[in-house]
Amino acid sequence: MAEKSYRDAIREAMMEEMDRDEKVLILGEDIGVYEGTFRITAGMLKKYGPKRIIDTPIAEAGMIGTAVGMAMFGLRPIVEMMTMNFSIVAADQIVNHAAKVRYFSGGQVDVPVVVRGPQGAGVQLSAQHSQSLESFYGHFPGMHVVAPATPADAKGLLKTAIRGKDPVLFLESAALYGMKGEVPDDPDFTVPFGKSRVAREGKDVTVVSYSRMLQLSLQVAEKLSQDEGIECEVIDLRSLRPLDMDPVYASVAKTHRAVVVQEQWKPYGAAAEISASITEAMFDELDAPVARVTGEDVPMPYARNLELLATPHGPEIIHAIKKVMYANG
Amino acid sequence: MAKAKKESSSAVADPACAPEWSDLLEEMIFIRRFEEATEREFRKGKIGGYLHVYIGQEAICSGIISALNPGDAVFCGYRDHAQAISLGSDPKRVMAELFGKAAGISKGKGGSMHLFDAEHGLFGGYGIVGGHLPLAAGAAYALRYQETDRIVVCYFGDGAMNIGSFHEAMNMAGLWGHQGMCPIIFVIENNGYAMGTKLERHSALTDLSARVQAYDIPTEKVDGQDIFAVRGVADRVVRQVRETGKPYCIEAVTYRFSGHGAADILQPYRPKEEVEKHRQRDPIVILRSRLAEVCGLSDEDVKAMDERAVAAAANAVRFAEESPVPEPEELLTDVVAEHGPHWVREDETD
Repeated sequence: MAEKSYRDAIREAMMEEMDRDEKVLILGEDIGVYEGTFRITAGMLKKYGPKRIIDTPIAEAGMIGTAVGMAMFGLRPIVEMMTMNFSIVAADQIVNHAAKVRYFSGGQVDVPVVVRGPQGAGVQLSAQHSQSLESFYGHFPGMHVVAPATPADAKGLLKTAIRGKDPVLFLESAALYGMKGEVPDDPDFTVPFGKSRVAREGKDVTVVSYSRMLQLSLQVAEKLSQDEGIECEVIDLRSLRPLDMDPVYASVAKTHRAVVVQEQWKPYGAAAEISASITEAMFDELDAPVARVTGEDVPMPYARNLELLATPHGPEIIHAIKKVMYANG
Repeated sequence: MAKAKKESSSAVADPACAPEWSDLLEEMIFIRRFEEATEREFRKGKIGGYLHVYIGQEAICSGIISALNPGDAVFCGYRDHAQAISLGSDPKRVMAELFGKAAGISKGKGGSMHLFDAEHGLFGGYGIVGGHLPLAAGAAYALRYQETDRIVVCYFGDGAMNIGSFHEAMNMAGLWGHQGMCPIIFVIENNGYAMGTKLERHSALTDLSARVQAYDIPTEKVDGQDIFAVRGVADRVVRQVRETGKPYCIEAVTYRFSGHGAADILQPYRPKEEVEKHRQRDPIVILRSRLAEVCGLSDEDVKAMDERAVAAAANAVRFAEESPVPEPEELLTDVVAEHGPHWVREDETD
């Protein structure tokens, strides 16, 4: 084990996979000569050469579509989105091509393409650069949607994505790039998709989240434990599709209360899916309706004070936890 | 299809009389009869969804695919039946796909628009106009990256040239071609209409080749009704692309004799006289006449070919009709390789 940043964990996962398998290559805007907007691919052009580190035009449908074709022909392309927001430009290539060609061909091709990059709000990038797309992509069958919350998971899940046979939307949290954590050294360390994790044990309330909101939920849980003796059990979903609800159900069976925390908009969001699943499976166990903590239902504003109002913070999570405990005074 | 042929007795020295040409004539006749059969079965309700037939454009498919090697890869839009047949897919299984049967070449999961037969080099069959171009360019990169000499052929219509993925794919193919990393032949099947919108109304610049040249991809215009012309270009271009790893574009000027799709009955966007005029340049008649004139192909020869084609098409229909539908379990397979779905519409808590 060594302490590494979320950013370095992603970089290491890609480099280790490129070292072990020549079929792995990376495409993206300014990933080579410019060395990457977030410097995740810094130095890679020199190490792997321009055939494997492909600087593309600003053309998301082109770079993702060509990567899908490469994947169908035996390569394992990773496409770096400068931000995941730009992947919407290529939505047709992702949801109509990558996610469907296996099915409509009757299973004649594998499509091991990874589309990865940062998403989320918090640094005043305003409306077009601050979105979270897990529920958008999670809606479509035919691909996996992953959102790691720790450096170890970032590395282990990315390796699973690169080694797999299916399209993966690998949603990184821009706000977590600098976060440090223990990461196993074993080059074959992987984290499977569809395995939620109990990030913190507790007996009073189940808090379900992923990515950056998972870290925020953990901070809230510590605070509530210290200040008020409320013990939250925090579940990290890690992958949104496949979605592993079993640890959530097991936790709710113990706590009988659940709060789901996400950064994106409330309508049709991931929390809606998770909350509905809890209600369908665990209705008789619940002592309160499942609560959702989400972003406000507006395009992201630029002004710092408005941006803070638009995204979830600790007090909202605390409020929701107390609400399901009927403890809001 | 049956590849039975006989040696012509006269003028064997003319290269046009090589047995391959009569094979191609027979293939084109079969494609025509097959497509006519699909139209009939569509009207009977045996084929669902959309159905886009290739009638009138046969020379472009047969003329280029016959110049390819095994291992080369073909991508095309949803007007894809002819490509499957030319590449050697079993017509019975192609028809079974259109009928939504388990024996279909895509297990009945793709239908007319998504024919797919990797074993024979057909990599789809795509339903979003122009959406497949980036895939094809990426496939070409992958083939060169893996140091093979395989190439890609990507068919699309003039109507596909206005969508973003066309431009993005062309630009990237042009760039990768500079490194010899994109062995692909783009084939514009310019039939003059984007569905029902005439070329002059859908493309600000009607010189389509010029639009491709903007991406530093050489282009060549060819009479798409004349298979000798198409094949002549294809032989040279296939060799060149295979050697250089650089993209090339063939603009084949053609005309679709049938409607856009089987439901396009009225065709208010084009006068009947225009259709009649173009029908005079039937690619099958052009090839047949040439073979009759130069090589002594007899009416009896042609009649025999046609009878075989009609019988093979009928045989395909019969096979499709008698084949079983996919098992219900097939609904959930081939979605993803791992972590596939389960039945979500049954209440699991019951």
